[in-house]
Amino acid sequence: MSTQTIDVGANYEEQYGFHDPEKYVFKAKKGLSKKVVEEISGMKEEPDWMRQLRLRALEIFQKKPLPAWADLEILSQIDFENIYYYLKPTDKQSNNWEDVPTEIKETFDKLGIPEAERKFLAGVTAQYESEVVYHSLREDLEKQGVIFLGMDDGLKKYPELVKRYFGTIIPPGDNKFSALNSAVWSGGSFIYVPKGVKVAIPLQAYFRINAQNMGQFERTLIIADEGSSVHYIEGCTAPVYASDSLHSAVVELVALPHSHIRYTTIQNWSKNVYNLVTKRAIAHENSIVEWLDGNLGSKLTMKYPAVYLVGPKARGEVVSVAFSGKGQHQDAGAKMVHVAPETSSTILSKSISKDGGRTSYRGLVKVYPQAEHVKSSVRCDALLMDELSRSDTYPTMEIDAEQVQIGHEATVSKVGEEQLFYLMSRGLKEQEATTMIVNGFFEAFAKELPLEYAVELNRLIQLEMEGSVG
Amino acid sequence: MSAPLLEIRDLHVSVEGKEILKGISLTVEKGRLYALMGPNGSGKSTLSHTLMGHPKYQVTQGQILLNGNDLISLKTDARGRAGIFLAFQYPTAIPGVSVANFMRTAMKARFGDQFQPKEFRKQFKSAMAALGIDEAFATRYVNDGFSGGEKKRHEILQMALLKPELALLDETDSGLDIDALRIVAEGINHLRGPALGILLITHYQRILNYVQPDLVHVLIEGKIIRSGGKELAHELEEKGYAPYEPVKKEALIS
Repeated sequence: MSTQTIDVGANYEEQYGFHDPEKYVFKAKKGLSKKVVEEISGMKEEPDWMRQLRLRALEIFQKKPLPAWADLEILSQIDFENIYYYLKPTDKQSNNWEDVPTEIKETFDKLGIPEAERKFLAGVTAQYESEVVYHSLREDLEKQGVIFLGMDDGLKKYPELVKRYFGTIIPPGDNKFSALNSAVWSGGSFIYVPKGVKVAIPLQAYFRINAQNMGQFERTLIIADEGSSVHYIEGCTAPVYASDSLHSAVVELVALPHSHIRYTTIQNWSKNVYNLVTKRAIAHENSIVEWLDGNLGSKLTMKYPAVYLVGPKARGEVVSVAFSGKGQHQDAGAKMVHVAPETSSTILSKSISKDGGRTSYRGLVKVYPQAEHVKSSVRCDALLMDELSRSDTYPTMEIDAEQVQIGHEATVSKVGEEQLFYLMSRGLKEQEATTMIVNGFFEAFAKELPLEYAVELNRLIQLEMEGSVG
Repeated sequence: MSAPLLEIRDLHVSVEGKEILKGISLTVEKGRLYALMGPNGSGKSTLSHTLMGHPKYQVTQGQILLNGNDLISLKTDARGRAGIFLAFQYPTAIPGVSVANFMRTAMKARFGDQFQPKEFRKQFKSAMAALGIDEAFATRYVNDGFSGGEKKRHEILQMALLKPELALLDETDSGLDIDALRIVAEGINHLRGPALGILLITHYQRILNYVQPDLVHVLIEGKIIRSGGKELAHELEEKGYAPYEPVKKEALIS
């Protein structure tokens, strides 16, 4: 079976990789300094505690080295002085697409966001560079007290609520990139779902980087009050540039007793984006937190969604898929920390590497001594498309309690000659057959998505596979 | 006179440098069913895989013609679209791909513009019903956790829907209990007709109690050593293959 290397960027360029001319009302100087941080905070007219938090975080960022266990070959290429940390695309934020500046609106039109909103979403925020330029929420949800705003707006309108939770789940000092985000964060979503309110259809945020050498540092905080439920979806794309961009988000979820949060990511960054994201949830008694994490694109992704199970019977789940092509490293995984008894967790990680791409599963299951009767299962499946590609597993288990049920299973397989032969004997071309095998491999993830996203995911995989086999 | 459906002339095939088929010639006419019988290692599966174009099997000499046209230059998928169907002895699992999705994709590939998506459900359901397959089968993943009988029925289901001109049934009777065997045999009989030529590959005579062959070939050590009517199959059942095997080989290739 012959394999030719292809430029997967070619398709991406047409669909997502375009860029608009840069027109900004404010563009901070390149590089990171106390002055830049104060400028950001000043422009946003933030309360003093936030300004202080940012400055503290900056100090931590500057002191902390890059994590020694990371893929330093790629990570150390980031030139933090050559990045724009804050770009304000427009002066106003709108809840009507018609009021969004034409070029930005056209971008989101091309990406299909307004259309998706009309068809199947309960609310949308759209972030362009550093700021949320559009947000909307269905009236009935607003009436029930649901809050869905850009993070900056959330801070302005609900300062007490934000102050209570912001940075408590992921403190600035957690890691170098959470410190960076805390120092220069801008945009992201703020969601509060009141007691007992079930948001039946998804809320979505879309993150778009347009400028070259841009850093996007959105900050998201979701609070699900007792007995409530919410499904949040985020999507991301960026233009194809020769130079690199940095995306470093922090996402904090608070699941209060008996609530249910599902957080879905379909990330499709161009292959010049460093994607270094910290995501963590705290799950109280009897709550459920699910991270569905689809990682396509980017140059290097480092992302390990976590659930801290602090209340009895809380449940955490991570289902993640990663697709890595030439020059890419998807270093993804999950963390489950069992603090309370009778908590349970499931991790399912599926990765595909192709054309010399690299995937890593890096995960942690930790059970504290008091957390008895814990159940946890971890499964990692890796599929290698060729001899050049690579997959590694770095699982860590720290089990300090008695009476726990822990399962771990890892498989690495290759697209089998016999599978291809079987499908091709039924008339499928080699590429169709390969795509079918790959889609099947990701099915466990896709079936959890709303139909429209499952279709989109299949289409993205098809684009990644196109022309990949001779 | 028009060319026969399939014509094999002096076919030599090697696997990893070792010659398995050593000069086979046979013809398959439309509307007829041929049994190819032989012991383990005689080269039966090598022939079926070679006809389907498996990359591991190298044709070193000879010709294969489908309706008078060279087949050897075609890749596996083109052969499938041209109307050759192989019912696998060991169908492989494709996890995460549902039977319905797989079937629809295969029919689209086989029939191209002629494929009518709106008709698919109806055709699919009635073909399943004819083989006594439960509807829930449609959402299961291809061959994933199927029992032996389910696998074979699934192969015959595909054959029914893909309407091949030439069907190669590779040990379709193996691993089946008597009830499953009867259902599969009925399925085959149901599909027989003037437009279809069948080459049924089997070790045992058992299935021939249900499926009547027009001609029986005996394959031993890569060569067809005898051909005859269905009485030949009965003779083999009684006497076994031993009389035809000149020397007992210690290492056999299946």
